[in-house]
Amino acid sequence: MEAKNTIVFPAETLDLVQKIMKRYPEGKHKSAILPILHLAQAEWKWCSPEVMDYVASLLSIAPVEVYEVASFYTMFHLEPVGEHVIEYCRTGPCCLMGGAEVYDHLKKRLGIQTGETTSDGKFTIKEVECLAACGWGPVFQIREKFYMQLTAEKVDQIIDELSK
Amino acid sequence: MKILTEHIDVPGIETIDVFCKHGGYQAVEKAIKKMTPDEVTEEVKKSGLRGRGGAGFPVGMKWSFLAKPEGIPRYLVCNADESEPGTFKDHYLMWKSPHTLIEGMIVSSFALGANTSYIYVRGELMYVIHILEKAIQEAYDKGYLGKNILGSGYDLDLYVQPGGGAYICGEETALLESLEGKRGNPRIKPPFPAVKGVWQCPTVVNNVESIAATSWIVNHGGDAYAAIGVGRSTGTKLISASGHIRKPGVYEIPLGITVEDFIYSDEWCGGIRDGHKLKAVVAGGSSVPILSAEMILNTADGEKRLMTYESLSDGGFATGTMLGSGGFIVMDETTCIVHNTLTFARFYHHESCGQCSPCREGTGWMDKVIYRIEHGKGRKEDIDLLVDVAKKIEGNTICPLGDAAAWPVAAAIRHFRDEFEWHIEHPELAIQPGAVYMRPGASWAQ
Repeated sequence: MEAKNTIVFPAETLDLVQKIMKRYPEGKHKSAILPILHLAQAEWKWCSPEVMDYVASLLSIAPVEVYEVASFYTMFHLEPVGEHVIEYCRTGPCCLMGGAEVYDHLKKRLGIQTGETTSDGKFTIKEVECLAACGWGPVFQIREKFYMQLTAEKVDQIIDELSK
Repeated sequence: MKILTEHIDVPGIETIDVFCKHGGYQAVEKAIKKMTPDEVTEEVKKSGLRGRGGAGFPVGMKWSFLAKPEGIPRYLVCNADESEPGTFKDHYLMWKSPHTLIEGMIVSSFALGANTSYIYVRGELMYVIHILEKAIQEAYDKGYLGKNILGSGYDLDLYVQPGGGAYICGEETALLESLEGKRGNPRIKPPFPAVKGVWQCPTVVNNVESIAATSWIVNHGGDAYAAIGVGRSTGTKLISASGHIRKPGVYEIPLGITVEDFIYSDEWCGGIRDGHKLKAVVAGGSSVPILSAEMILNTADGEKRLMTYESLSDGGFATGTMLGSGGFIVMDETTCIVHNTLTFARFYHHESCGQCSPCREGTGWMDKVIYRIEHGKGRKEDIDLLVDVAKKIEGNTICPLGDAAAWPVAAAIRHFRDEFEWHIEHPELAIQPGAVYMRPGASWAQ
């Protein structure tokens, strides 16, 4: 019971949830699933079944309605992740700009493969499709921030900075 | 000639005060105070503006299909789910100048009689969502949004909806499903969104760039817009240029300049990076056919190809391509076409929603077969197998993702078959890092 109680948004976020639900017509607040899942993931890092159940309860919908949505959209982590999730673009234009070499360097530097988390729980690497930043590739994203025109040196600097 | 990006580098243009100093929100004043919704629609029709998301369907005509039953709300939804590889123009516009979109949303919503509108932005662009939300708040504070806008009695609420990471939601009916809080599975049409859209209400879905252009059309008139460009390709287009060029970035071009100018002029891409030669171009986002250097610069009739809907598609898929979303990907002679096609095939395999079997299964087949060719395990019959799979996907799915997946594979084989054959015949060479087949006598192989 105790564990369950820890999954509650802070009051400020709860206010925001109420506001978001009012963006849609009466009775159509299911539309708030995606915005609320983003808030939930920002709060708890990943969408555990308990987190998704909580989102369902906020929207007064069946938990399965949240599971089916969270599992469709690639941004939601359905497994635990590290403190910093590095999501690198593997699509054509970033590859043209030397993406593969840069990402190989990233994996070597962290000593993990795509989909894995470092043993200290600091970093997870994920592969994603086009991030709409093709002219500034190679690109990866950590939470909301884009890191662009990456080189091996830049990757080292970013990892050094985040490791502090 | 710049319409959308004229002031994009002005410091502070993301704030409403600076934006208004440079003529911002005049279109809202004009439309709401001096025009009727039908008059706005008429100007957009006259402008010849075509959907800038990729399909190129006339915007004014799309608007005129909107059903207007008494007592049922209508919606305008902006498609800002930009996810087509090579395309980053909407990202750029919203990030740099959010009010350009918001002003267009107000003008367009007024024309359509929508009192609630949404901007559906791909979730990965959360920082852009924050920029838009801040700008929307400014517009409310100035009285351009909310109740009784400029004392006209017209009400409009505008909200930003985040996606969750799914290319398919750029398809308009999938986007509407997503906006309803569901998985992004496209709907069978008809009914079209103009009749039954979000929450089964009449809805117009337009791309960011299309909506943003409506403000200028209101200010200057549809005829002035139509005077820019060539033939049925009117106005300006944002082209997002990436790949092996000196100056990647987003450029607003008047439709009608030559492809050659766009690639080589210092005003645009600035040419191919030093010491390299143009090999191929994907002109309108990953789904449109790739063309070799010769074919992209000139049509089959030997005329210079233009940056227009018509000229780029001249020759059909045999020798032409499409303007599409304006995602212009340039490749020099170091590019392995098989590898590049693999990244696209993998993309569509990953992004297929799984609803239709030809797409769900076919994209997986194409991904796997190209993967084995690229990794030195290709079989002689694989090339024809790929052509066959692509053919069986095309036209056999609910939404255009199937076509979008089939075209790049079919075109890569159509125009670079020798490169696929080389991979199959010389696997020991093809798997070497950086190995690229050089076509004897090709302009890029000199």
